Amino acid sequence: MERLSLAIQDSWVEAERHLRIIPRNIELLLFAAVQPVMFVVLFVYVFGGSIEVAGFDNYDQYLLPGIFSQSLVFGSTFTGVGLAEDLSKGLVDRLRSLPMSRSAVLVGRTVSDLVRNLFTFFVMLGVAFLIGFRFEGSLFEALLATLLLLLFSYALSWMQAIIGLSVRSVEAANSAGFIWMFPMTFVSSAFIDPATLPRPLEAIAKANPFTVVTDAARALYNGNPVGNNAVYSLGWSVGIIVVFAGLSIRKFNRSTVA
Amino acid sequence: MSIDLAVDARGLVKCFGDTVALDGVDLQVPRGAIYGLLGPNGAGKTTAVRVLTTLLRPDRGQALIDGVDVVANPHGVRQRIGLTGQYAAVEERLTGRENMQFVGRLFHLPKAEVKSRAGDLLERFELVDAADRVVKGYSGGMRRRLDIAMSLIGRPSVLFLDEPTTGLDPRSRLAMWGLIEELEADGTTVLLTTQYLDEADRLAERIIVIDHGGVIAEGTADELKDQIGGDRLRVSIARVENREAALDTLRPLCTGDVEVSADGLSFAAPIHSGDRVVPSVIRALDDAGIDVLDVEVRRPTLDDVFLTLTGRAVADEQEGEVA
Repeated sequence: MERLSLAIQDSWVEAERHLRIIPRNIELLLFAAVQPVMFVVLFVYVFGGSIEVAGFDNYDQYLLPGIFSQSLVFGSTFTGVGLAEDLSKGLVDRLRSLPMSRSAVLVGRTVSDLVRNLFTFFVMLGVAFLIGFRFEGSLFEALLATLLLLLFSYALSWMQAIIGLSVRSVEAANSAGFIWMFPMTFVSSAFIDPATLPRPLEAIAKANPFTVVTDAARALYNGNPVGNNAVYSLGWSVGIIVVFAGLSIRKFNRSTVA
Repeated sequence: MSIDLAVDARGLVKCFGDTVALDGVDLQVPRGAIYGLLGPNGAGKTTAVRVLTTLLRPDRGQALIDGVDVVANPHGVRQRIGLTGQYAAVEERLTGRENMQFVGRLFHLPKAEVKSRAGDLLERFELVDAADRVVKGYSGGMRRRLDIAMSLIGRPSVLFLDEPTTGLDPRSRLAMWGLIEELEADGTTVLLTTQYLDEADRLAERIIVIDHGGVIAEGTADELKDQIGGDRLRVSIARVENREAALDTLRPLCTGDVEVSADGLSFAAPIHSGDRVVPSVIRALDDAGIDVLDVEVRRPTLDDVFLTLTGRAVADEQEGEVA
């Protein structure tokens, strides 16, 4: 019990380090805000006119939950980049030499990235509302949809943590963290109906956890029946957290400057 | 095993694949002393520090910090140490004070103590004016001072300084030396690694010379210098026809062969360290009617020591440090 309370306390100290920095790094903050806005505007106005999805009168209502989902998942890359930076600067060595909880550095980092992602989400949501997006279901459903999306991006942060601790440089963490995000988010239901894809891709898109999460959020935002997707997406997120948190904490405890 | 030892490591072995970084290192540092771990890049200094600070697990051997085993109770060791690595491990976008408080809180010190200790250390390390500025604008010397101040906030019994002045300009280096000397006055045990011989010579009470993962010599700077045969006397004379007379005069005063330069005007020979040879040399040469231009006694540098022990100069090796 005492160990747990120390772990929480230390995680908070570490999260606070990152949260204090966010408002001081204007460039990063601007980037975190501009990128999702750009995605919203690009997709809605570039593809919006030429894509139709069966069952949706208005493509925006289909597309925007997909963009929310994608942007939040992209936001998880901050975790790997930040850890790679701490590692290369020797900060990880310092932290590992302190009598602090072994998991706190990673928990603090992922939690602060979740807060940053929440900020990104609200910026996107504001822009989405400006261009006509509406919650068609209840506020509770919208809240649930948002929580599912944030939880999934939090889970991916733990995968990014392993990447950040495994590569040799910040640049590599950035590339390695981003590269698989593109197939994952495009071969999915985020922008199109997977039924329109060639067979093998359709199978991949449907099995993609990102599709499961996006479908769940989309159904909830639009007040449609969500089916099993809410439970499946919860399952995926929790499963990823359990496996990758264990692996990355193990990895962290062996990491030192090259 | 003595409880008077702040650091007690025996037979440490650490391999990375086929590379043997530590090959049976023994290290004993008594409480309150400043010891220097001296060696070229790649000798194993940093690996030794990483094992002693729980960052790396040794493959074999045992290490106790303040009597606490680094493998069996790493958490206990972490409560007793401060580590300043080769990189100034500070958070650039926080202020100096925030950095101090960050580490203080991770030591679980009471809030009021974190605040007062952070303030005291910032003052002592001459960072008060910069304390509330973001570290990004600090100079290299300021970062390094902040780094050490952060390592001291938990009142460590042993402070590890891994190459504390590497990359600093000469003035910051001197200032850093002054600060490290003050630590000794506080009774903090310090183990510092360095590849600078003058640094070990000036700061360390005893020096442990390490090369290829093993300890090759240990002693005070003077002991190490005596190992290679005391001081060296150099004499220059004005006229070559005095060559034989000078040789005859110098021989009985020296401890070994007298070397003569090709032009017959300069002589070099080993003498006992600390002997007051110079006045006798000058008097004897004067009595023999020889015109003396110059007499000097040179203490051997640790460079000479290292060269004698390993057959290489310290600065020769440019390969990177093994993890």
